[in-house]
Amino acid sequence: MAKYVIIGNSTAAVNCVEAIRSLDKEGDILLLSDESHFTYGRPLISYLLYGKTDFEHMKYRPDDWYTANNAQLKAGVKAVKIDPKKKKVELSTGEKIPYEKLLVATGSRPFVPPMSGLERVKDQYSFMTLDDALKIEKDFKKEDDALIIGAGLIGLKCLEGILGRVKAVTVVDMANRILPSILDEEGSAVVQKYLEGKGVKFFLGDSAAEFTGEHAVTMKSGKKLTFDKLVLAVGVRPNVEFVQEAGGACNRGIVTDEGQRTTLPDVYAAGDCALSHDIAADTDRILALLPNAAFQGRTAGLNMAGGSAVFDKAVPMNAMGLFDLHMITAGVYEGECYEEKGDSKYKKLFFANDRLKGFILIGDVARAGIYTSLLRNQTPLSEVDFAMLEKSPALAAFPPAYRKEKLTQKV
Amino acid sequence: MKRIYVNEQWCLGCHLCEYECAFANSGMTDMAKALKGKEIHPNIRVEDGTDGIHFAVNCRHCSDPICVRSCIAGALSRTEDGMVQIDKSKCVGCFTCVLVCPYGAIMPDADGHAAQKCELCTRNLCGEPNCVKHCPNRAIVYEDRG
Repeated sequence: MAKYVIIGNSTAAVNCVEAIRSLDKEGDILLLSDESHFTYGRPLISYLLYGKTDFEHMKYRPDDWYTANNAQLKAGVKAVKIDPKKKKVELSTGEKIPYEKLLVATGSRPFVPPMSGLERVKDQYSFMTLDDALKIEKDFKKEDDALIIGAGLIGLKCLEGILGRVKAVTVVDMANRILPSILDEEGSAVVQKYLEGKGVKFFLGDSAAEFTGEHAVTMKSGKKLTFDKLVLAVGVRPNVEFVQEAGGACNRGIVTDEGQRTTLPDVYAAGDCALSHDIAADTDRILALLPNAAFQGRTAGLNMAGGSAVFDKAVPMNAMGLFDLHMITAGVYEGECYEEKGDSKYKKLFFANDRLKGFILIGDVARAGIYTSLLRNQTPLSEVDFAMLEKSPALAAFPPAYRKEKLTQKV
Repeated sequence: MKRIYVNEQWCLGCHLCEYECAFANSGMTDMAKALKGKEIHPNIRVEDGTDGIHFAVNCRHCSDPICVRSCIAGALSRTEDGMVQIDKSKCVGCFTCVLVCPYGAIMPDADGHAAQKCELCTRNLCGEPNCVKHCPNRAIVYEDRG
């Protein structure tokens, strides 16, 4: 019997295993995955289509990782149920797997809202998994017109991946701007203009009213669009059902404490299925971003193996590249704003109550992590030379004692 | 493990370490050919603050490196010694590491398609940090401080 059972095989799961092994070299670990692949960097699926990586290089860890960590992967199986009383996970095959400690790292799945006539469209795709990307790689042809529904992170990373593979790409979104989760309105306009320069067509503030045929849609505005391939990137839903049905607390995501413990005994949750406490907005929400999954997975693993770890520095933060335009953003965009705008520069820092609340950098992203650290550490801005930091991120803006601590000793 | 540490009070702000770093990682043996007339992209950068403050910053090789934890590609890793290294063949240039490094010590490389960072000259011809070797005032040192 495996001491540790993990439902999942991606970021949170892998970091959990490594954390367990830092404390417990012996206890058996079993990973259950409904995907049939070696652990891979999930966000890399767009880079695969874009031609920046290949399957071999997408592996999230070295080839010997499972054996080196003495972790067993049961791939291509679907966990369907947790019995927290008997401490067993049930698979779709009926097999029951006992656990001492369980991590639920089930991620999320594409959410497709009801759209009239969608069943008429044969060539529809989502963009979440490696299999999704491989299907797009195989099916999308040079002569195709692609329609992407959704101008968020997933939709636009898909756009980057497929633009060079098809004849044309059109993106529609019900919202009136792109990337609303990471940019402010002005920033959205900057990036939209850049993408239009690449030949992308946007129809924003509009949505599909009815798919009238296999390759045609009529929009709410009355506009009629045709397409060969349809990508649905409207949104995602966290996979919380395992925990919810077993009686664990869920609130749009699995509720955990700062040690990633769910309300069920010996059941932990991490990654895109679990809530975080966003310290920038002071609210609980899903932060579906890879570093967050890694931090949570690691915290869970340490605690599952008897440690006492806490993860209390969650903030929304994203590094996003589209073609050669890079943007780094974090936090929330409220309070006072310092801004610099130029031809190749877009920078906004938001601050309130002596704290940095958030920032947006488009184009020049150098040393952005210094801003992120102000946010994650909730550093009082009165303790740093913020006027200097507004111009550019620099350690010179910090007190000498901080530099002494960070630059003259092991950190 | 030996790491690079900074003696801020001794740094003259000469920026020689930046040139020595760029040279060490150029793969060339002639400094003039490697650097003359070229824009350099060193892994170490000198900050020139107010009141005559200067100091060099490069990777701290953190014991719990947030860049390694955050890397979406598994391109950043920690060696058994504790050095943080980058596998450029896996890096896709998303710059999540730039987003999280609190020292601003990892950066886009010259063509902007991957990240670059200090690997203590273990992977070039020098074998030992070239910046430290050529610092005229021992403002950067290579020592084991635990």
